[in-house]
Amino acid sequence: MAKILVFTELHGSHAKGVTLEILGKLAGHTVEVAAIGAIPAEASTELAKFGASKVHSLKGSNLDKYSPEGYANALHSFIVTESFDYVFAGATSLGKDLIPRLATKFDAGMASEVTNFIMEGDKFAGTRPLFAGKCFAKVELSGPKPHFITVRPNALGMNANPTAGAATATEVNVDAGAIRAMIKEIVKGTSEKLDLTEANIIVSGGRAMKDAANFKILDEMANVIGATVGASRAAVDSGFAPHAMQVGQTGKTVAPSLYIACGISGAIQHLAGMRTSKVIVAINTDPDAPIFTKADYGIVGDLFSIVPLMTQEFKNLLGK
Amino acid sequence: MNIFVCLKQVPDTETKIIPSADGTFIETSSIKWIMNPYDEYAVEQALLVQAANAGSTVTVVRVGSSKDTEALRTAMAMGADDAFLVETADNLDSYSIAKALKGAIVKSGKSPDLILTGKQAIDDDCLQVPQILATMMELPSVTVVVGYEGSANEIIVKREVEGGALEVYGVNLPAMIACNKGINTPRYASLPGIMKAKKKPLTIFSLADVGVSDADRRVKYSNFQLPPEKPPGKKFDATDAAKMASVVKDVVGLLRTEAKVL
Repeated sequence: MAKILVFTELHGSHAKGVTLEILGKLAGHTVEVAAIGAIPAEASTELAKFGASKVHSLKGSNLDKYSPEGYANALHSFIVTESFDYVFAGATSLGKDLIPRLATKFDAGMASEVTNFIMEGDKFAGTRPLFAGKCFAKVELSGPKPHFITVRPNALGMNANPTAGAATATEVNVDAGAIRAMIKEIVKGTSEKLDLTEANIIVSGGRAMKDAANFKILDEMANVIGATVGASRAAVDSGFAPHAMQVGQTGKTVAPSLYIACGISGAIQHLAGMRTSKVIVAINTDPDAPIFTKADYGIVGDLFSIVPLMTQEFKNLLGK
Repeated sequence: MNIFVCLKQVPDTETKIIPSADGTFIETSSIKWIMNPYDEYAVEQALLVQAANAGSTVTVVRVGSSKDTEALRTAMAMGADDAFLVETADNLDSYSIAKALKGAIVKSGKSPDLILTGKQAIDDDCLQVPQILATMMELPSVTVVVGYEGSANEIIVKREVEGGALEVYGVNLPAMIACNKGINTPRYASLPGIMKAKKKPLTIFSLADVGVSDADRRVKYSNFQLPPEKPPGKKFDATDAAKMASVVKDVVGLLRTEAKVL
């Protein structure tokens, strides 16, 4: 049976949601989990509930904050002592940066951002979007092991009935090695909300928002329903929102449960970045806007009237 | 300084992608090819660093088909000095591309002080090549960079992470930096630049020249297909102010009762 490791990041006292999604998908396999640093008891319990058989807390000097080299060296020094066939991680900012470096230390291959996968016996076969979701392909790995895979957050979904493991965290000493690119400072973002790529609900604004100040009506709606605010390329290029908020082929590809598109016409490169959202609501004055071809619920009308009304309806519904 | 930019040629973002009949890739016959948008930031950054450090050269490197060299010519029209193409008609994986780029940089005979790339190519969206290349070349590196300042020896770069937060790194050169939108505003190629680019040296290597073979393939793609089409949704007319409130109430209700997302 394949020996599998899942690398997890921690978010406060919890493991990141994508780790639990991966564990749930791997039900039936023996799966170990590793994190850099101390693993809170709450996170260990969660990981065990979703099937982790062992949880490794990797400790060493110079690992208190992320560095590409330090994390890659530390994980490499742990993984070489075990003979894992597969290493999974979330396709988060950190995972996307780190895992290719780690894979290369093994001269091994990596499948990026898979949205689904199966283990055919001991062999991994994944599905992943290409061209920002304009098409999908099957992805398989060969060559030296372990093979590395990152999984897009929110794509697999949570396993409602996971098979429990029996993990408690054990500490492992690792060596971060020489670190040449080091973080000197972290500048906080303007938003404390979940990143677009991990958000469960997204409210997005397009060119029809007219200016940056008008995004406050989207912020108000987002606050009520626990959403992260995004923007189309047209809105970003017009200076209404920073590039960090851009959804689409030259921005972020997202897959929330609910995507509310406000004043977005639906250019092909935007649709590519959000079409895998589970439910799409579109608000636009133009009844022929391409966004309506992808919308589950389309409202033809003026967003400046509809958004505040909708925010009020959400408040009523959620008792806020 | 010896500055290298690695770039890729990709289908224009407005391209409609059609899987090939055998499902092994996409139909490429009618595609308009452009320089990967993120690579434009890398070329611009190279030219800015060159301007600030007299005597520097900017060399662009690409792995791909020789049928269309649009991306390399555009980079030279913007101001890059020379170009290397590792020629292949195959759709290589990230590991092979990184190994070929390294091979071409080594064969150029110039020791790199700075390697710049885009943060990702918008065709396969792997976000792997910059990190693989840096690891293979044993260079320190930072990806998704939106801010760059510094000298010929030491730089400060800003990496964008979740929620728009920035990690500020100090790095000694030589190093590899992968650029994101926001780092600069790429210039347009001028007409004289386009004319001059035609005379700039473009050297072509084969995969064998740079030591890459089929044995380097790690990732295999198959079964390319379009995403499943959604059944048509429900559309409501709220252009009439009198109907607006009831339409909004209905849709919000459906999000709970039918779509079950709230």
